[in-house]
Amino acid sequence: MIGIVGYGSYVPAYRIKSSTIAAQWGDDPVAIERGLMLKEKTVPGQDEDTITIAVAAAKSAIIRAGIDPQRIGAVYIGSESHPYAVKPSGTVLVDACGIGPDVHVADFEFACKAGSEAMFVAYSHVKSGNMDYALGIGADTSQGAPGDALEYSASAGGAAFIFGREKVLADVLFTNSYTSDTPDFWRREYQMYPRHGGRFTGEPAYFKHVLGAATGLLDKSGMKPEDFKYAVFHMPNGKFPLKAGNTLGFTNKQMEQGWVVNIMGNTYSGSSPTGLAAILDVAEPGDKIFMVSFGSGAGSDGFIFEATDELPKVQDLAPKTRDLLNGKKIYLDYGKYAAYRRKILFNE
Amino acid sequence: MRDVAIIGVGMTKFGELWEQSLRDQFAEAALEAMDNAGVKKLDSLYVGAMSSGMYVNQEHLASVMADYIGQEGIPATRVESACASGAIAVRSAYLEVASGMSDIVLAGGVEKMWDTEDGTFVLAAASDQEYEAYNGVTFPGLYAMMARVYMEKYGLTREELAQIPIMNHKHAVNNPNAQYPMEMSLSTVLNSSMVADPLRLMDCSPITDGAACVILCPLDQASKYTDKYVKIKAIGAATGPIALHDHKDLTRLDAVRLSGERAYQMAGVTPRDIDFVEVHDCFSIAQILCVEELGFFEYGTAGKAFANGEGTYGGKIVVNPSGGLKAKGHPVGATGVAQILEAFLQLTGQAGLRQVPNAKLGMTQNMGGSGGSSVVTILEKI
Amino acid sequence: MANSPRYHREKAHRYRLEAQKFSSGYVTLANRYIDPNTGSREFEIINLKGTGTILSYTIVHISSDQFGHQTPFPVAIIETDEGARITAMVADCNPEDLKIGGKVQLVFRKIQEEGASGIINYGYKAVLIDN
Repeated sequence: MIGIVGYGSYVPAYRIKSSTIAAQWGDDPVAIERGLMLKEKTVPGQDEDTITIAVAAAKSAIIRAGIDPQRIGAVYIGSESHPYAVKPSGTVLVDACGIGPDVHVADFEFACKAGSEAMFVAYSHVKSGNMDYALGIGADTSQGAPGDALEYSASAGGAAFIFGREKVLADVLFTNSYTSDTPDFWRREYQMYPRHGGRFTGEPAYFKHVLGAATGLLDKSGMKPEDFKYAVFHMPNGKFPLKAGNTLGFTNKQMEQGWVVNIMGNTYSGSSPTGLAAILDVAEPGDKIFMVSFGSGAGSDGFIFEATDELPKVQDLAPKTRDLLNGKKIYLDYGKYAAYRRKILFNE
Repeated sequence: MRDVAIIGVGMTKFGELWEQSLRDQFAEAALEAMDNAGVKKLDSLYVGAMSSGMYVNQEHLASVMADYIGQEGIPATRVESACASGAIAVRSAYLEVASGMSDIVLAGGVEKMWDTEDGTFVLAAASDQEYEAYNGVTFPGLYAMMARVYMEKYGLTREELAQIPIMNHKHAVNNPNAQYPMEMSLSTVLNSSMVADPLRLMDCSPITDGAACVILCPLDQASKYTDKYVKIKAIGAATGPIALHDHKDLTRLDAVRLSGERAYQMAGVTPRDIDFVEVHDCFSIAQILCVEELGFFEYGTAGKAFANGEGTYGGKIVVNPSGGLKAKGHPVGATGVAQILEAFLQLTGQAGLRQVPNAKLGMTQNMGGSGGSSVVTILEKI
Repeated sequence: MANSPRYHREKAHRYRLEAQKFSSGYVTLANRYIDPNTGSREFEIINLKGTGTILSYTIVHISSDQFGHQTPFPVAIIETDEGARITAMVADCNPEDLKIGGKVQLVFRKIQEEGASGIINYGYKAVLIDN
């Protein structure tokens, strides 16, 4: 059995409501909330970034894994908002968590699916026998351009997964991927904000790849949607994952636990990974979990997990995703939000 | 060890001295002190400055100052102990004269603070850079944390704390060299902007340019130069931890107590014998903490005593007749020397309208950082 | 403002709360060669758990330029459960919730950036627990 042996998530305490952003730009808050199915999103504090979020999630994962962090042989962080363009976020994380120095580190980038890619590679290192434990993380503090639709959803948060073969909490049954050159959403170097192709981001991008990976994964595994207790898809907004899931034959009930987007927003590389963490917080032994991520550019990674007897023993050892989302909240007005997110030009 | 006297003093006005550079300030004060003492040649000089490097990128003050006051060639030393740099300069000069190595030694202090915009950053160098300043605390913040514990522990009220700037400003009205020689009302203090809760702007000593110098010589030679001189009866110095968080009790300044005890012992006197004291009121709460550590009031009582007039003329002891750091100004390196200069004026009957009547024994206390260093002097009228 | 060697040197303390415990029981986060109370030079390396109690706090309204945009922010002096004394910013905090005796947990946060092109400095801040 090779799978997740430790997991953790982190979301910042700060929030901004969709209605606050709508009031700023003269949008109709009711239409926004209905259309995007987003009530509020997380905002990183001025002292938070992808690295601090990844560290917090990783520490919870290490606690749940109950292992000496020195045994982790590789650390991969996938993000669209690595603090450095050159110097991997993982290098700071390993020193902060007491991992290494005998550890492989690299940062991953693939829009919103960098996290799931990091998870896949970490898993593969263990499966190949290269090492006993490997850590894959998806974390982001992504930006939406002011006044753009993405400003309602781009949020902050992340989840970390340690893969191994002892005391496995969630066995990896099958994986696959689906990638093509699809320019739905991108950011050129030195640009502050990404650009996107409007409705082109829907059918030809998100749905093509998510459904492509999902159907491929179901074929590969010979399983059907009814076999799963939980399903989670990449959540760019509230609507897309539900539509994708329903199209495949999953019910809203199966997707409910992992559907964190309406109170969290889209944490890009952290999106489906945080949804997965929320599922692991409550899953019971034998539950099968279906996960498909999506990253613009574009591609999707698919995973099928099965919860084991070990999972209930560790769920309470670290903060749970929905407890963090529903716990301490500090609401920001638009001015504070803009200052925190550095949308205001300061004198340097 | 020989007895040592102060035979002359000089200082610039304290305030915003836009037209004078660091060396201009020191030269003005030094030449005035030398003229006042009637000396043309020095044997040695000590200059105290906390941060000439960070404020105006100038180090090597020994050379700069000896050069610019026309004493090129003499041995010279720059000393630094944050805000206690001035008194440390006097202590160092005292040792050189007392030991017999030199006869006429100048001790001065100077700071040029208005040339830089981020003064908070420079002053933070007096705290623990890696474990205090790195984590965002400022000097007002450190004293605010002391104030908070003191207020909770002893029931000191915000209004009582405000009496310190009020008292010191009242004294400064009669000090022509003071930066702010004007009275201050309670409402001005209480309504001033918040700097670090609970300390407001009027609880904090200002940013000040200035310099002050004194001339030392062996006591038995003093009358050759002047008939107005005082004896340095004692100097006590001590250090404390660099970081406030390493004080066992956040309301106590052990370095102040220790430096005071050493001075009292060397002079063979007690607090009751002291007629006035210049203490280091970098922040209002510091005045309370320091007079308690020096034994003038029981711990926890100075605030109420001040509110009852015990710290001013007619009261138990005149505290900060010059106006203190708050009203006179606090050019960091110069302050310790300026306190001793005030004591000299008081003991030689030259303090004008702020003269402490019948002053025979005066004390000064100069402190660095959040109690990281402290120097106490006791001066005697001859 | 730190620079690379100065910053790098303090990482074990700032990132992992690595501290020294001397034979007298004295614990220090900052590197020391000698116990200031007993003069002992014997110590072991421990990692602080990160939990502690507020001894005092203030809200800084005027700060140096490095932290300029974050004011007003709370700073506290904390005694950790192991007995170490530290000074730290309090993050994610409603100032009304601060009190002497309050319990905190130290977390890994960004302290400052050395301008737009310099290194990013990380370290510890405190968050209030059991409010």
